[in-house]
Amino acid sequence: MAFDTFQEFLAMGGHARYVWSAWGLTAVLLLGAVLHARFERRQLMRQLKRRLRREAHQAGHAGGAQPIPTSRGRSTNEA
Amino acid sequence: MPASEGALGKEEAVVRAEPRGGLAVAVWATLKRDLLLLLRRRSEVLNPLVFFAIVITLFPIGISPDPALLAAIAPGLLWVAALLAALLSLDSLFRADYDDGSLEQLLLTPQPLAMLALAKVAVHWLLTGLPLALMAPVLGIMLALPAGSYLVLAVSLALGSASLSLIGAIGAALTVGLSRGGVLLSLLVLPLYIPVLIFGAGAVQAAIFGDSVLAHLAILGALLALALIFAPLAIAASLRISING
Amino acid sequence: MWAFLNKLRSPKWFYTISARLQPWFWAAALILIVTGSVWGLAFAPADYQQGNSFRIIYVHVPAAFLAQSIFVSLAVTGLVFMVWKIKIADMAATVMAPLGAAMTFVALFSGAVWGVPTWGTWWMWDARLTSMLILLFLYLGVIALRGAFASRDSASRAASVLAMVGVINIPIIKYSVDWWYTLHQPATFTVTGRAAMPMEMWLPLLIMVLGFYCFFIALTLMRTRSEILRRESSKRWVRELAEEAN
Repeated sequence: MAFDTFQEFLAMGGHARYVWSAWGLTAVLLLGAVLHARFERRQLMRQLKRRLRREAHQAGHAGGAQPIPTSRGRSTNEA
Repeated sequence: MPASEGALGKEEAVVRAEPRGGLAVAVWATLKRDLLLLLRRRSEVLNPLVFFAIVITLFPIGISPDPALLAAIAPGLLWVAALLAALLSLDSLFRADYDDGSLEQLLLTPQPLAMLALAKVAVHWLLTGLPLALMAPVLGIMLALPAGSYLVLAVSLALGSASLSLIGAIGAALTVGLSRGGVLLSLLVLPLYIPVLIFGAGAVQAAIFGDSVLAHLAILGALLALALIFAPLAIAASLRISING
Repeated sequence: MWAFLNKLRSPKWFYTISARLQPWFWAAALILIVTGSVWGLAFAPADYQQGNSFRIIYVHVPAAFLAQSIFVSLAVTGLVFMVWKIKIADMAATVMAPLGAAMTFVALFSGAVWGVPTWGTWWMWDARLTSMLILLFLYLGVIALRGAFASRDSASRAASVLAMVGVINIPIIKYSVDWWYTLHQPATFTVTGRAAMPMEMWLPLLIMVLGFYCFFIALTLMRTRSEILRRESSKRWVRELAEEAN
């Protein structure tokens, strides 16, 4: 161990704010990236399921006709 | 008409003769056309020069009139101001042609688009970069630029601004079809300008301190050579993307 | 090789295969980063001159490496997309760019913060930081350009061209900035310019670098999968997937 006590570890020999701010930002960004990616995926799945339900609903009303073109147009243009 | 084939045939042949085609003709035609159009738009030619002069005027006012201080930062100031002036003029490089549809026509010609784009950039440099380079020594006097560096200033700017025109044209081609392309153009192009700036301003500083000016100018030349080889291809590809988008 | 390229043309194939690869890279990233962090923060020796602020190297260097590698990846995927018209390449490029920009920012921030106890200033125009700053602008340019086009195909091609132009410039920029810096600064004290780093110092560094790369791959796989779902949402296999997920 490079440090004798946990206090010393946190203090980083006086360089605490430099070390912990740099490491802290990195941790925040890495974790943030993961959380954002997971949220993005879940949101996409939810949107897909919602659209499926909507199309099935409309298909049921139109007597089994094709889904309305606008929804398909939107899907290919979603940025 | 077998009976009159002799005389009429010859006239037909003359009438039906193909116009002189080929790459050289197309490039020359593009050069002439762009030169003429740009000379008609006098303000577009003068704007960068006026901007250059104004920026150089602002710095002593904003910093200090002390000649010693100004002399120390003059090479960089002159180069940065010229670079920004050149950047400003880029937005209109392709815009007029894009708006009136002649850019699309250019895409449809059988001639390689890269060469025609090179011709357009050459005109841009002739009427923007070169005048900036020629005007710079005058502004150098106002910034107390030390003697012995004025020629290097003009030469480095002339060489460097050619690269700036080429590199900037890539950005202009990428953004010509976008509604707010102007701001984006600066963001795209400025990082790529930095090597030219470093060696261009470095050449002038080398002239002041008696270092090797030729080394800097040689590197500027090498950057220009690289730009001449790669930029036209990138410009052509970017023009196609913007038109087909 | 060509069979592989052809398989890549099918987003569905990539989606299935990346599902199997993903967990491995996440696991590797987690193990490597945790190990490297603990080792670098608590066990590696402090530097003789810089003290404990030296430990910033364990995030600064991996972030800087990633920042540069990701931009090269943008150029490579851009080339693959333009030449072979493989959509996956463009989807990957779309999701990689923001991470690259974030890593560049981390490298800049950690480098600047490291400079305070070392040089006594919050910002230093040294060659490495200046190059990183320029790289950040390049990233922002690619991201902004991609977002500025209405048509996705034009956006993809424009971003590919810009990435390729940018990647050619990166070595030129680095060389120029290096040259500029050594000319204007008498003594070069580069942040990580040590001839020989003792093994107790570079081993955790190596582990962190590997961990960051695994993280990059895992995150790219995950976000590319989402991008596939987004772009291919009208395809049947995507619909079936969404149905099954119920």
